[in-house]
Amino acid sequence: MKRLLDGGIRFYLVLVLVFLYLPILVMALFAFNKSPLYALPFEFDLVWFRALAENDKLLKAGLNSLLIALANTVIATSFGTMAAVAFGRYAFRGKTLLQALLFPPIAIPWLVIGTAMLVFFFWTARAMGVPGMARGLHAILLGHVALSLPYVIFVVGARLNDYPKVLEEAAATLGATPWQVFRRVSVPILAPGVVAAALFAFAVSFDQFVISYFLAPPGVTTLPVEIYTSIRKGFTPEINAISTIIIAVSMGLMLIVARFYRFGGERSGNE
Amino acid sequence: MSEVAVKGAVKRYGSIAALDGVDLTFADGEFFGLLGPSGSGKTTLLRSIAGFIELDAGEIRIDGTDISRIPVHQRNIGMVFQNYALFPHMSVAENVAFGLDVRNVPASEIRERVGESLDLVRLTGLEARRPKQLSGGQQQRVALARALVTRPKVLLLDEPLSALDKHLRQEMQVELRRIQRQIGITTIFVTHDQEEALTLSDRVAIFNKGQVVQAGAPRTVYQWPVNRFAAGFLGEANFLEGKVVGVLGHEARVAIPDGSEIVVTHQGIANGANVLVALRPEKISIEPGGSQAPRLNRVIGRVQAAIFSGSSLTYRVSVGDRLFVVFEQNKNRAPLVEQSAVTLEWETADNVVVQP
Ligand SMILES: Nc1ncnc2c1ncn2[C@@H]1O[C@H](COP(=O)(O)OP(=O)(O)O)[C@@H](O)[C@H]1O
Ligand SMILES: [Mg+2]
Repeated sequence: MKRLLDGGIRFYLVLVLVFLYLPILVMALFAFNKSPLYALPFEFDLVWFRALAENDKLLKAGLNSLLIALANTVIATSFGTMAAVAFGRYAFRGKTLLQALLFPPIAIPWLVIGTAMLVFFFWTARAMGVPGMARGLHAILLGHVALSLPYVIFVVGARLNDYPKVLEEAAATLGATPWQVFRRVSVPILAPGVVAAALFAFAVSFDQFVISYFLAPPGVTTLPVEIYTSIRKGFTPEINAISTIIIAVSMGLMLIVARFYRFGGERSGNE
Repeated sequence: MSEVAVKGAVKRYGSIAALDGVDLTFADGEFFGLLGPSGSGKTTLLRSIAGFIELDAGEIRIDGTDISRIPVHQRNIGMVFQNYALFPHMSVAENVAFGLDVRNVPASEIRERVGESLDLVRLTGLEARRPKQLSGGQQQRVALARALVTRPKVLLLDEPLSALDKHLRQEMQVELRRIQRQIGITTIFVTHDQEEALTLSDRVAIFNKGQVVQAGAPRTVYQWPVNRFAAGFLGEANFLEGKVVGVLGHEARVAIPDGSEIVVTHQGIANGANVLVALRPEKISIEPGGSQAPRLNRVIGRVQAAIFSGSSLTYRVSVGDRLFVVFEQNKNRAPLVEQSAVTLEWETADNVVVQP
């Protein structure tokens, strides 16, 4: 009976994972298939990756995506970490309200946020007398930062809640100056949370489509936007190739995140 | 080593006075226990000495120097926290070395002193372990070694043993006392375990509502509680309310509600005054039978409950409309049965007049 149950549970979980991974696997498979018409039988070839290497538009979009994601990672992680420390370590008026206000943006559909940002940027740019400034990489970056900040604050905040303030106090009684406390105790203990948050911020930005699409002026694109545009024109396995690269990178990042930061209750740093 | 003097310490949180005029002097090398119900201000006092809390009024001096302007990291105070607060990302040796490291002590000296310190707490051989790989008792020892390695002036301990199970707690009590004696450091120890405070301390202070109710040697405080709170908090006590009906020399006769009379030694109690007398349950002798002639310090009652707890028995005895608690050693006598008549008797010296 027990064995039957075990078998059933395992079968069910395998099914769940198949459901998750099958489309991705099929897509990746066709990136390596020679036929431009997605025809079988499978014939291994790197032709689509070679085509990709010559596709300036996609590469340029990829570079934009990378730059924005990196800038977003630095900005969102720095400000988000500071905000998390402020929330976690200081008492101030209106803290509960401010903290509660972090949640809603995560629940608002990106389409709505994207529209709101577009309208807002148009309005400010016009008010400042530079209507051309409404869209562009800078606007996309601002949008991404706004989007990833709550995630960073949550991830770092969770880590902060996980370790008690008393460690910092203990360090102080042992003669550590505030700077030494920060350097030798707070930073090392917070680091896994900050790294996880940074990877999160990178992923949020790199995968972001809606906001980038809304805020990109004609002629400037990011990778997801460019992929979307190409697909509308009729797609080739080149898209599979770039998607496979993106997925490999994203999943690699998430595996690192998982390594640094175990989701759900359990404390990291127990190893 | 050092003397810590607290004078007129006041700390308010809104309408609550966490410390409400505390005066205490902790003598050089003394082991001092702070006792009191939860919320009475013990932690607040400890954290004020450590420098985490700024007093609203009053001052704290270490060896005569006012330390109110000195930041935590320059006070040179050792502190052991309730859950040890070991750094999870450092090994045992690194934890202990931390206080020396931040003071830029040379590496060779650090190694030597960390070794000595781990020796002192009997933890040699575990240098490379992480805190997570240690038992509660071992973590406690690391915390102690870490706090002592910098040779602080004062050692502060806030309920350090409360997270340990009973057996380990007793073992650590002995260890704590041994280590404290060995290095002779002034130690202030917060506990809510009165037995622990009595066993370990050279002196104790009982806190209530941000004030020191009574301070002194454990024996003195136990024998001569100043008021109802002190008598009731440290150990158990029977409280007898009565009226002075006769004064003769140093003794006064007091009539208690059941009609009998007790004798108290007094300092200037007037005839007719109302007094409150505290009487410890273990001072009362209990004998079967209720027909003895009336006598001073003797009452007749009826057993309401007999509670057996191994080495001793607790009796609840009704006398008139009052209930007396009596402790008796488990001798070779059959326990007194419930509802039987008994005679309770004690000495004049056991009647302690206390403030209400
Ligand atoms: N940071 C604080 N803010 C508000 N009230 C506090 C704070 N710290 C302590 N108190 C209050 O001060 C009183 C004394 O607390 P504490 O010193 O922790 O007591 P103890 O250690 O004896 O249990 C309690 O009533 C507590 O609620
Ligand atoms: Mg406390």
